[in-house]
Amino acid sequence: MEELLEILEELHSDVDYETCTTLVDDRIIDSFDIVTIVAEVDERLGVMIPAEEIIPDNFNSAASLWALIDRLQNG
Amino acid sequence: MLFTSLYFILFVAILFALYYAVPRKVRWPLLLLASYVFYWFSGWQNLIFITVTSLTAWAVCLVMGRIDEKAKVSLEERKDTITKEEKKKLRDETKAKKRRLMLLGLLIDLGILAVTKYTDFVIENINAFLESKDAIQAVDIIVPMGISFYTFQTVSYIIDCSRGTVKAEKNPFKVLLFTSFFPQLVQGPISRWKDLSATLFEGAPFNFENFSHGLMRIMWGYFKKLIVADRIIVAVNILIKNPERYTGAYVFCAMMFYAFELYCDFTGGIDITIGIAKCLGITVKENFDLPYFSKNIKEYWNRWHITMGTWFTDYIFYPLSVSPKMLNLSKWSRKHLGNELGKRVSVYISCFLVWLATGIWHGPAWNFVVWGLLNFVVIMVSQELEPLYSKFHGKFHLKGKAGYSVFEIIRTILLMSMIRMLDCYRNVPLTFKMLGTMFTKFRFRTFTDGSLLDLGLERADYVILLAGLIVVFSVSLYKAGTKKDIKAVLYEKYPLWCVSMMVMFLAVVVFGAYGKGYDSTQFIYNQF
Repeated sequence: MEELLEILEELHSDVDYETCTTLVDDRIIDSFDIVTIVAEVDERLGVMIPAEEIIPDNFNSAASLWALIDRLQNG
Repeated sequence: MLFTSLYFILFVAILFALYYAVPRKVRWPLLLLASYVFYWFSGWQNLIFITVTSLTAWAVCLVMGRIDEKAKVSLEERKDTITKEEKKKLRDETKAKKRRLMLLGLLIDLGILAVTKYTDFVIENINAFLESKDAIQAVDIIVPMGISFYTFQTVSYIIDCSRGTVKAEKNPFKVLLFTSFFPQLVQGPISRWKDLSATLFEGAPFNFENFSHGLMRIMWGYFKKLIVADRIIVAVNILIKNPERYTGAYVFCAMMFYAFELYCDFTGGIDITIGIAKCLGITVKENFDLPYFSKNIKEYWNRWHITMGTWFTDYIFYPLSVSPKMLNLSKWSRKHLGNELGKRVSVYISCFLVWLATGIWHGPAWNFVVWGLLNFVVIMVSQELEPLYSKFHGKFHLKGKAGYSVFEIIRTILLMSMIRMLDCYRNVPLTFKMLGTMFTKFRFRTFTDGSLLDLGLERADYVILLAGLIVVFSVSLYKAGTKKDIKAVLYEKYPLWCVSMMVMFLAVVVFGAYGKGYDSTQFIYNQF
């Protein structure tokens, strides 16, 4: 989770990722950011996020994103 | 059948009455019949295209659904004996079969779109390359109305079924209604199966509040279309069709007039679509979110024609950007170009392809291609200049200041309007030449010496236009400030709602642009 928070903070350092649950809904992160996150997660965590998993529910918070990574990693 | 014709209003009124008179189970088949009748008015041949496109999507999705079921049953039957490797093999085989079917469905549906919409464009360009006008004869296919919209709906349905995010529909008539639902056939929105199907087949019972909101939305759409868009189009047409005469300040006028016209035409049409659906108890996705309040082009595209933007993002941008090849390219570029620039390379390549596709989707012409690519260039340049902007904003403490926000909004409107002139002149060199005259031949007196009264509009027309635009702007400003829709607020004070409806109705009847000189036209987005 710490590595993920690092990735997110590199994108927007002014966002409180521990509490924010509307990253996509409130347009805090956009499609460019999402693709950057996917590339970073692939590079640093070795988890490939497929296009069909890119939905607001999975990217609205750091916790939901981590849950997705965990699900993809552990089947 | 134009949305603005009396026949259409009569058609909708009869449909409303019948819809609530018949049992709930029969309501969606009635809508299908009505949609096919509506579409039949645009040419019976069009019915063939939409039916083939829809049934292709229905059939491939149904088979994909069966493959999924079969795999599920097989897994269930062998759940105690199957090894991990066998399970993976079965999953991969299922995925591969579904993928082949998905590609077949996309090939047929997009093939129909490509052949009907782009054949003549390809022939024209081959002839231009061969420097012979008649090397290959144009086929003159009439593009079926709304084909770009309904094809994108079927494509999203096929891909979602293949991804397993949507369950395949067994009833072919339901898929036919999904693609042909008449209010959105003309100019969208581009609905997704999971959004529209939730209410489309429900045959919801009559709800007075919903019906009232729907009526108000329809009336508001007519207000924008008939009072502003169809009036101002007269001046836009004169300005655009006589480029040798109307240069300089006139080009600026054309640019701003077209910005108002397109906004009122497109959002007005979507208001009518959403309003009709609402009256029928059906929820159609919003397509706009105050686009002219955007502070940059990226934000503008998140707020304008939202369903088209999200379609391109979900079905082209993301699959391209996160594909293994692009991720490898991203790794390579980060290694060789540095982390910051390197990670943006693959994003820009995907973005370039998306905007190229967006341009081509809008029309088979080079002006649309250039329009799409210009949007890409502006977005890319803004993205690259972002750190510089941040420094500038920080140094002068501009972020969040009202005055600066207004400047950003005006800058975005002007930039978008300039790019959009490619859509007006429909000729790339001419557009740039005309935009150039705005800077070289600008005569401020054009606005004060009565020249604008020479554009097919009288003084009274300008007064009505100004009043109409003030109303449209005020409603938008109210929503931007309060996050509330004034139409819903009015409903809470019912007498006020009734008065507003009455005033809008009278305004549309008395001040709407009808008759000689006015061009009560099809919606602009209908041509796409």
